[in-house]
Amino acid sequence: MLDRLGKFQYPFLIICIVFIYGINLLSSYINPYYLQIIIFSGINIILAVSLNVINGLCGQFSLGHAGFMAVGAYLSAFLTYYYKVPFPIALIAGGLASGIIGIGVGIPTLRLRGDYLAIATLGMGEIIRVVLFNLDIVGGARGFPGIPKYTDFFWVYLIVMLVLLSSYNLLKSPQGRAILSIREDEIAAEAMGVDTTRFKIFAFVFGSFWAGVAGGLWAHYLQFLHPSSFTFMKSVEILVMIVLGGLGSIGGSAVSAVFLTFLPEALRYIKVIFNTTVDPRMVIYSLLLILTMLLRPQGLIGGYRRKVRDQ
Amino acid sequence: MISEILQQLINGIALGSIYALIALGYTMVYGILKLINFAHGDVYMVGAFAGYFAVTSFHWGIMPAFLFAMVVCAILGVSIERFAYRPLRMAPRIAALTTAIGVSFLLENLGVIIWSPTPRAFPQVLPLKIYEGIYQRFGVIVNNRQLVILSVSIGLMILLQFIVNRTKIGMAMRAVSFDRETAWMMGVNIDYVISFTFAIGSMLAAAGGVLVGIYFNRIDPLMGVMPGVKAFVAAVLGGIGSIPGAMAGGFILGIAEILVSAFIASTYRDAIAFAILIIILLVKPSGIFGTLTREKV
Repeated sequence: MLDRLGKFQYPFLIICIVFIYGINLLSSYINPYYLQIIIFSGINIILAVSLNVINGLCGQFSLGHAGFMAVGAYLSAFLTYYYKVPFPIALIAGGLASGIIGIGVGIPTLRLRGDYLAIATLGMGEIIRVVLFNLDIVGGARGFPGIPKYTDFFWVYLIVMLVLLSSYNLLKSPQGRAILSIREDEIAAEAMGVDTTRFKIFAFVFGSFWAGVAGGLWAHYLQFLHPSSFTFMKSVEILVMIVLGGLGSIGGSAVSAVFLTFLPEALRYIKVIFNTTVDPRMVIYSLLLILTMLLRPQGLIGGYRRKVRDQ
Repeated sequence: MISEILQQLINGIALGSIYALIALGYTMVYGILKLINFAHGDVYMVGAFAGYFAVTSFHWGIMPAFLFAMVVCAILGVSIERFAYRPLRMAPRIAALTTAIGVSFLLENLGVIIWSPTPRAFPQVLPLKIYEGIYQRFGVIVNNRQLVILSVSIGLMILLQFIVNRTKIGMAMRAVSFDRETAWMMGVNIDYVISFTFAIGSMLAAAGGVLVGIYFNRIDPLMGVMPGVKAFVAAVLGGIGSIPGAMAGGFILGIAEILVSAFIASTYRDAIAFAILIIILLVKPSGIFGTLTREKV
């Protein structure tokens, strides 16, 4: 339960839905360029918050978020394009498919201690991309055009709300406490009777499900998919968001997701001013990663949260 | 058919020895710091570029270029450890991993900006020579570059084995990887040993980079991404922390990759390494040469 809302959670939810629906009705008056950035912000919030559940709350290290996104994007686009499946069902199917792949990767790697998950998820992302390159039914290397445009402000922010709510609720639940205890000290958690493997897999699948849903939203907004959109770079982009927002801080990662969606747009002007074609974005991202970890490991925004104990 | 398999085996061994050289750096750093040094693949890339500039800009021969690349990378590796990893040695694991990714990305993107992402042709320092006699007798093509790669990497591996098993600093390295705190109490200078490990690992990666330049004739700033990850898989396959394991893992991975691209489909070439990783984690997570260790409080 959301602590501060308690039993008002559901009325709050309904008010939010009405509010989002209202803004959606006005969205045709918003400048399309800004509307696009706002929608990408929403999708990035979903990605960042869901990755934060894996990396920040559970303390595991997943680098495959772009891969999960790709699975959700391609599967939901496949369903709506070929079978005219209703959009919400396609989104859920995409999320479930990501979740199932998450189980497949999680079971062999998460029962081990150490950082095998990082390499396995990195590899999984590459395998998914290789497979998509060779799958002719979804366009292969030519890309997948002509996906119907179903994603709008309403759907994106409805799901943003669901992700935030489910993550907060998870955090406050007994299961969430178990997940946190794994991050703090895995051996102690195990000694206290926490089934560490089960909860690690649970957190991982939770995150990959939402990444798949975010991929579905992305596909039905851009109306075109290509395997090269889901490289390792994309995963690192999401990682920068959660590191900057503070590992383990849900609100922080949402704020920094919005910030980092606007940043490239601001950098466009810098490129124009300095009259350069060099894209400094990735250098800035990597410096942000290193400097945040060295100077302010709790993140720029999530500072009010208790520091992760050194071990 | 036999000769074709044999031919692919030879190609696989040549590729595998490169993976083995990179995997050694991973496995040593992991053995001592329990950290996946994601930047290691990019150190290998810098090594290839250092060799390239030594030959093209300084007009040096192949041997000085080789040594130059190794020295540059040793300095790079030690400074990465000093400035990016050492401050986080006591921090949670995830912080060090994130920094490692950051360093890797920084090197790649600085490389892209400074050297441009277009691939460059590595100068032909070693004229290609094909051994006709072997071709006539066995039907397989062996060239001098493959022999150079194989002999240089095996030579370096023997040297490494000697350093680790027969010298004082090698004993210190083994002690630190066995139990850092106890080694420290016995008077081992931990910082020095870790710096030394990074220097050696980076030198091996640099050697791999120059050899790849000679063998494939093509270098670019993103060349380290895939071999870096695959070399880590090789290290896991052989048993992470084990030096003979990293060598064996590298060779197995190189051969498997070449066989898949020759007999199944070259598009699945990059996927095989990760398929092997998932299988090894399911079947024997400690790797071929690894010993199972229980983590204690």
